[in-house]
Amino acid sequence: MSTSNLVSTYELDIRALGKRYPNTQAEGGELQVLEGIDLHVPAGRFVSIVGASGCGKSTLLRLVLGLDAQYEGQILLGGRPISGTGRERGIVFQDHRLFPWLTVEQNIGVGLRNAPFTAKEKAERVAEHVALAGLGGFERSWPHQISGGMAQRVAIARGLVNRPSVLLLDEPFGALDALTRSRLQNELQRIWQKERITMLLVTHDVEEAVFLGDRVVVMQPSPGRIRRTVDVDLPHPRNRSDPAFIRMRDDVLSDFLETEPEPLAAITR
Amino acid sequence: MTTATRDAAERAAVRPLRPAGRSRWRGLVLPVAAVGLWWLLALLDVVNSALLVSPFKVIGTMIDQVMSGRLWRALSASLAREAAGFLIGTVSGLVLGALLGLWPLFNRIVGPSFNTFKQISLFAWIPLISVWFGLGDVAKVVFLSLAALVPVVVNTCDGIRTTPVGLLEVARVYGFTRWQIVTQVVLPAALPSIFTGVYLALIYSWLATIGAEYLLVAGRGIGNTLIEGSEHFQMDLVIFGMFVIGLVGWLMNASARALERRLARWAGHS
Repeated sequence: MSTSNLVSTYELDIRALGKRYPNTQAEGGELQVLEGIDLHVPAGRFVSIVGASGCGKSTLLRLVLGLDAQYEGQILLGGRPISGTGRERGIVFQDHRLFPWLTVEQNIGVGLRNAPFTAKEKAERVAEHVALAGLGGFERSWPHQISGGMAQRVAIARGLVNRPSVLLLDEPFGALDALTRSRLQNELQRIWQKERITMLLVTHDVEEAVFLGDRVVVMQPSPGRIRRTVDVDLPHPRNRSDPAFIRMRDDVLSDFLETEPEPLAAITR
Repeated sequence: MTTATRDAAERAAVRPLRPAGRSRWRGLVLPVAAVGLWWLLALLDVVNSALLVSPFKVIGTMIDQVMSGRLWRALSASLAREAAGFLIGTVSGLVLGALLGLWPLFNRIVGPSFNTFKQISLFAWIPLISVWFGLGDVAKVVFLSLAALVPVVVNTCDGIRTTPVGLLEVARVYGFTRWQIVTQVVLPAALPSIFTGVYLALIYSWLATIGAEYLLVAGRGIGNTLIEGSEHFQMDLVIFGMFVIGLVGWLMNASARALERRLARWAGHS
């Protein structure tokens, strides 16, 4: 634990993590989806994991979330191994997963359902997070009445309402249109700067990973493992047209392209 | 009503288009034209008047049935039966469907038997029911309960088992207890499906009411009014009975739909 000034945000430490699924077609009857993952997310920092579909990045997040306890290696939160799911780990899924029979504010309240607060404290926290996620005026709306972007804001508010030690984001904007996606990336950056909660983002969007992350972890498939880690030393809030940002984005992007960056540069000249 | 048609009815869920404004009255064109033709044929006396009575005669019978109180006696007897059978069938259907949906062991033991049981056409039960329970009200209510039971069980169980896995994971993440998962995730998620089952039960049990009165002939009921008309060759009484049966069915349908819209505001029907 390294922070002292802020609430209770913890570092996340993943050591030699491996995951196998039984698969009759694979060699030895098992499919190795993750192998030797070492990942350190310092307290209050933002780490992005980027990779193509099937590299195991979402599986990694499910393990950290505690939905699956069958794995090798260690997952430590604030130095202690995780066990099962817990309110200290928030999650935002790609599909918003709001309960359709609850209003926006009731959905945010789902995060606090079993939290040790009085009804009044819960209502205050929900109101706070309605404001934080920019949902004012939509408190009583049903999920089917709001847009996909709005629904994802609700999901973010629900993920944060417990003040988790770490917020996990599983391709949170993957299902949104490009304009809404950019806007929500800005919003998420603002929220993170304000709250300084440790965040771990999984995405297949390189620009998103570089835009939001202090550190970008590039993963490659079969078996899922870390290809390289890039530190993004750019100040927040970031600017998508900043040349330094573009250079860094293209550098990470080159990991996913067959061709080297040079010929591409030659064409544009 | 065989099992095949019943399953088809469950799937088909005929929901007529609801056009706005003037065009909604177009649905009345056909019935009005049919009554007009009927009236014309009766007036011109082209067909044997014993086979096709005139609309006026039916209206006369209607007034007679209403004023003499015979309609009310028959209808109240039928509706009381319908209510009892529907209630018994629905409540036991909800319990059985919930057990099948929530309890895997129970499902493995009882599920296959129930699936076989529901393949038996409803009317195939009549001989057994009449031997066991006679031809009176008990037999009829047993028959109606059976008609109501099957759709409720099937839809309740289905609704519970198709709760989105994503929502169950959210509940796990936020530490919902088993009880909270059932009452706050599974049941609300299953509610639209459960409602469909109850709605079908209402319609089927009304159809079965008439069937029961027709096949287990004893006592009073709107089905018996039909039989009486047919035995005495009173086509006006038969047509009147059909009209009442259709009207009651339509009212049940309309009120169930209205209730559904109120209950599931969140489902975005409106």
